[in-house]
Amino acid sequence: MKIHEYQAKEILKKFNVPIQEGYAIDSSKDIDNTIKKVQADFHTESVIVKAQIHAGGRGKGGGVKYCPTFEDAQNAANTILGMNLITHQTGPEGKMVNKILITEALDIEKEYYFAITFDRSKNSDVFIVSSEGGVDIEEVAENNPEKIIKAWIDDSTNSLDNAVKEIITSLSLEKFQNVEQMFKNLYKCYLESDCSLLEVNPLVSTTDQEIIALDAKVDIDSNALFRHPEIATYHDKSEEDPLELKATEYGLNYIKLDGNVGCMVNGAGLAMATMDIVKYCGGEPANFLDVGGAANVETIKNGFKIILSDKNVKSILINIFGGIVRCDRVANGVIEAVKELELDVVVVVRLQGTNAKLAKKILDESDIKLISAETIDEAAKKAVEMIK
Amino acid sequence: MSILLNKNTNILVQGITGSEGLFHAEQMIEYSSKVVCGVTPGKGGQKATSKQLPVFNSIHDAKKEFQIDATVIFVPPRFAAKAIMEAIQENIELIVCISEGIPIRDMISVKEALNASNSRLIGPNCPGVITPEEAKVGIMPGFVFKKGNVGIVSKSGTLTYEAADQVVKSGFGISTAIGIGGDPIVGTSTLDAIKLFMKDEETKGIVMIGEIGGNYEAEAAKWILKNGNKKPVVGFIAGQTAPPGKRMGHAGAIIGGKDDTASAKMKIMENCGLHVVQSPAKIGNKLKEVL
Repeated sequence: MKIHEYQAKEILKKFNVPIQEGYAIDSSKDIDNTIKKVQADFHTESVIVKAQIHAGGRGKGGGVKYCPTFEDAQNAANTILGMNLITHQTGPEGKMVNKILITEALDIEKEYYFAITFDRSKNSDVFIVSSEGGVDIEEVAENNPEKIIKAWIDDSTNSLDNAVKEIITSLSLEKFQNVEQMFKNLYKCYLESDCSLLEVNPLVSTTDQEIIALDAKVDIDSNALFRHPEIATYHDKSEEDPLELKATEYGLNYIKLDGNVGCMVNGAGLAMATMDIVKYCGGEPANFLDVGGAANVETIKNGFKIILSDKNVKSILINIFGGIVRCDRVANGVIEAVKELELDVVVVVRLQGTNAKLAKKILDESDIKLISAETIDEAAKKAVEMIK
Repeated sequence: MSILLNKNTNILVQGITGSEGLFHAEQMIEYSSKVVCGVTPGKGGQKATSKQLPVFNSIHDAKKEFQIDATVIFVPPRFAAKAIMEAIQENIELIVCISEGIPIRDMISVKEALNASNSRLIGPNCPGVITPEEAKVGIMPGFVFKKGNVGIVSKSGTLTYEAADQVVKSGFGISTAIGIGGDPIVGTSTLDAIKLFMKDEETKGIVMIGEIGGNYEAEAAKWILKNGNKKPVVGFIAGQTAPPGKRMGHAGAIIGGKDDTASAKMKIMENCGLHVVQSPAKIGNKLKEVL
């Protein structure tokens, strides 16, 4: 689960990690008061106004503004709150800014990159740091890979101590007080909050010789949210694709793509493979949709509803491998759903597994317009060719 | 011969009184797997399944009365890691975890315990293992799998059934099929399974099915090359059309970097001498060509 910067900073603060302080608001009537409060509480004239969306590159897109005066801050806050922010991570359609964070401005000496994540290839957590902070880290990795330092935390004794020492040395942070403890606190925060990613970009040193998290990006392992009821409340539904959200409510796993061949499949691996074969046959998949192991009338009906909300869809390819679930039942479910929803797109159905032959007979003999297929190949070809 | 299990493997079901556990225990019994008993904490003394198998409170109790070679876990994800840990402590040789949605942090601890033990874990979030016409420990539809000489290792459930179906329709059979699971951390990697198949005399060829995310397929492919490509391996990676940064159903199926993509993995596999198919419909045909 992704969360906002201001929420990530709330978590960091609980683990005694020094952060750039501020307050988040979602209403323009709170702007003036909040600017004054930030100025008073954190003894600063200048403030920063930051758009809170689940995407990086906010600064370049005009979603982060340094404001030397109250009036500047007023203007920036009124502009950013409610704006449609386009960054390299939002896609061309952009994202609506429903919340802004107004923070103190700090006198920055140097910016660093810091992250902790799990390295699947080494089966251990890893610190990733760079002296090139505040910029797109992917670009650094591409152009100056030697400037990215990794230190792994395996399960051997003193490993955390060693890894922390390693990153302090590589960033030349020895002169800062308590920096070792701060990195340990960041790791503690990562562990105890079930983060899948904890990124601070930039981590800064100030002219007052302090190390502070200027930004924070935290992803939480959704499977562990039962352990973190407060973090679970951070879930911001407005950040999610409405169709994907709707699918989740139906218990389906849906991801929208740009093509016009809708796919309905049971199982994630087969769903991906089905998208691939659509492409292989010269078409473009409109979506990933896993209806789960037990495909029944209800899940199929809901699947149709989700797929058809995407107006690009011209044909639908249903690929169900019936194991425990019998294909004849799935076939009847498909027919019932098509009738009830009065579909007017091409529907190609391929059912394989228990009672597959009987299922094909049911589909072929039904009075609704369905195209049946025996193999995954044949099904994909038909779904692509019918709309050419 | 086959790998991991056969008709004599004594199987325990953890979570046997739950709806999933009970249903699949019956299915396994119907497939003639030797399911001997079940465990559900707090339900010790009850009987479960049509065979009236005894239910125990713990594996420790079950072991007093039965020799246990394998266990299959159907418990809710928040308790699943604890169930795996219990099986590791009781030295169960083969542990198959079906449960989906276990926190990564829990699996890191499980992995540490596994490394210090003699147990093998398959999964979590997997369909299990089947040695056709002998036994299955998992949830796959048994009728798809016919006995033969092709080993299958896959991260997926239904895509494994699809592959098995093609293997059978191409005139071959399956020695053992292993679904290793789609999570970022699993007990048995693609390479672990490949090594078992390479050693198994009955297995003459291998089908290896992967998906986007992680480095398991690349790791296995490099080992296969280094080991002299002793048996033909047909490979497919699902997710060529998956957009970067999106989790495609499986927790582990996410493109995080350029090495995670389907095309990068397929290229490595090709370079290592594997027989890679671009379409999942071509697995059976390719097998005919190379075996």
